Amino acid sequence: MLGIIIGVGAVIAMVGVGNGARAQVEAQVATLGENMILIFAGSMNNSGVRAGTGNAGTLKIEDALAIMREIPGVEAVSPETRSGVQVMVSNQNWYTTLLGESPEYFDMREWPFISGAPFSEQDVRSAAKIAVLGQTVATQLFGDDDPVGHIIRVKHVPFLVVGLLKPKGLTLGGSDQDDVVVVPYTTAMKRLTGATILRSINVQAESPDKMALAQQQLSELLRQRHRILGTRDDDFMVRNQQDIAEMATAQSKTMFYLLVAIAVVSLCVGGIGIMNIMLVSVTERTREIGIRIAIGAHGRDILLQFLIEAVTLSSIGGIIGIAIGFGTAETISHIAQWPTTIPLIYVALAFLSSAAVGIVSGFYPAYKAAALDPIDALRYE
Amino acid sequence: MQPVILLESVSKTYHSGEVDVHAVRQVSFTVQPGEFIAIMGASGSGKSTMMNMLGCLDRPTSGRYLLDGVDVSGLGRDELADIRNQKIGFVFQGFNLLSRTTALENVELPMMYGKRRNSAKDLRERAMRSLELVGLAKRFDHKPNQLSGGQQQRVAIARALVNDPALLLADEPTGNLDSRTSIEIMDAFQALNEKGITIAMVTHEPDIARYTKRNVVMRDGVIVSDIQVQDRSNAKEEMRRLDEEHQAAKLVK
Repeated sequence: MLGIIIGVGAVIAMVGVGNGARAQVEAQVATLGENMILIFAGSMNNSGVRAGTGNAGTLKIEDALAIMREIPGVEAVSPETRSGVQVMVSNQNWYTTLLGESPEYFDMREWPFISGAPFSEQDVRSAAKIAVLGQTVATQLFGDDDPVGHIIRVKHVPFLVVGLLKPKGLTLGGSDQDDVVVVPYTTAMKRLTGATILRSINVQAESPDKMALAQQQLSELLRQRHRILGTRDDDFMVRNQQDIAEMATAQSKTMFYLLVAIAVVSLCVGGIGIMNIMLVSVTERTREIGIRIAIGAHGRDILLQFLIEAVTLSSIGGIIGIAIGFGTAETISHIAQWPTTIPLIYVALAFLSSAAVGIVSGFYPAYKAAALDPIDALRYE
Repeated sequence: MQPVILLESVSKTYHSGEVDVHAVRQVSFTVQPGEFIAIMGASGSGKSTMMNMLGCLDRPTSGRYLLDGVDVSGLGRDELADIRNQKIGFVFQGFNLLSRTTALENVELPMMYGKRRNSAKDLRERAMRSLELVGLAKRFDHKPNQLSGGQQQRVAIARALVNDPALLLADEPTGNLDSRTSIEIMDAFQALNEKGITIAMVTHEPDIARYTKRNVVMRDGVIVSDIQVQDRSNAKEEMRRLDEEHQAAKLVK
């Protein structure tokens, strides 16, 4: 019966956790912004969301502008650079991520401001030394005070803070989205990093149904511009929100299949256990079965009697398993800080499968009992 | 009046490996309603096989067996089960009660398998009446381990009677009992037979056989003797005599 308890418990817990994980992923994917396509410099590698060979590859500012110009269905484009920098104010310092973006970035990512405003096209053109802070950086450097209007030093270069962003939380990969300083990409490239190529380009499509076509077209455009012919690999990666979500859930899918395997194996083990118990029970009660048959029991009566016993045994195991599964899911939900929901249908399914195991594994012993010859059975010691 | 048991040239042969065992050879034999017979014989005489066939637990290899007018020799497993349920009451040497259930529930058992399903109240009443017949109504809620050997056997008899069978079949009913209790059981049988119940009993003890009305002896698969009992023992008298001897023995000490 232990096998059944484990199998059923595992199924229930996994369903709950899986559902919670999926909900979590969806929520976080939504924070990326609407209809986003992300183009990364560099070719394929294996890691999931944080893919970024970063600065290998050849994405240029001109590519971003070309995409904006030539691809219909594109709402906005924001070229992006990213690096780690030290920022300081008087006696506080903090190592954080520097993002170089265009002004459209904040709208694309649906990232509102608590105070201040984003920088402008003019600031991009002039590579102005102005910055927008994420909440984490602001808190580290300024505590509860409003940072807008103050000066911070980024890599020892003084920048004016013009905006403070609303907190967004963690990315799917677990990093803090609010631990950023956003400056015009031109400023980042010219004055801070000296880079000439972009790390990535954020592209926003006009609407969800325009995404697929836009993605295809901009891929072709880039291949043209980078003179990639025929079947040679791209030197860039194009990902949309869908892909990112899928990569994240791919992991939980693997977990899912693993737990299903565990559950199935446990249920089989449980079934074998039940079959054993029933076989022993039948042997112990041979005399009793003989009496019942002598007194007038049909084969079917005996079969039913023992089958019911087996199903009762397995169903009790199932109920205990469901209870344990709920408990486990609750515990995990507590630890991982994400909600677990267990749809009723899975509970019903788990219960039915434990009952089914009882029927299947109890059948052979019950059949043996029903087929006993009463004369021999009555003689049994 | 049709006979309760009518055997016409009944044989039973077991095929074990190369040798055929002729347990019962072409036996013909009749038992009228109200009779009280003892079937006797040594081991291997065929009396157990005969008993199994009379009880419809086994089928004859050839010949016909009419039980209360019904030809049971060709019936299937489930049909035989119904016949056993309705027409035959079994009493075994080892009592064969269900150990975890009360006397009342044990007596109710044959009614659980019957075709007619009456209400639980009905079943209880019938079972109680059966227990009264054997004088154990007061112990209806006792489990077998709370009853003496003689009492357990009487519960078994009550169970055998609960469906009003045409025939009571007892296989060495006194085999596991001491002499005093054996006589008590024979007293119960005699009382039931007085009421008109047909009883067929297998035994190897001549003393016990003397309580019945007709003794049938088997040897090597055939009936070698079938006589009415002369000088039949009366269980009540025997019990009284035993008690007096017992008292006497006490006084001597």
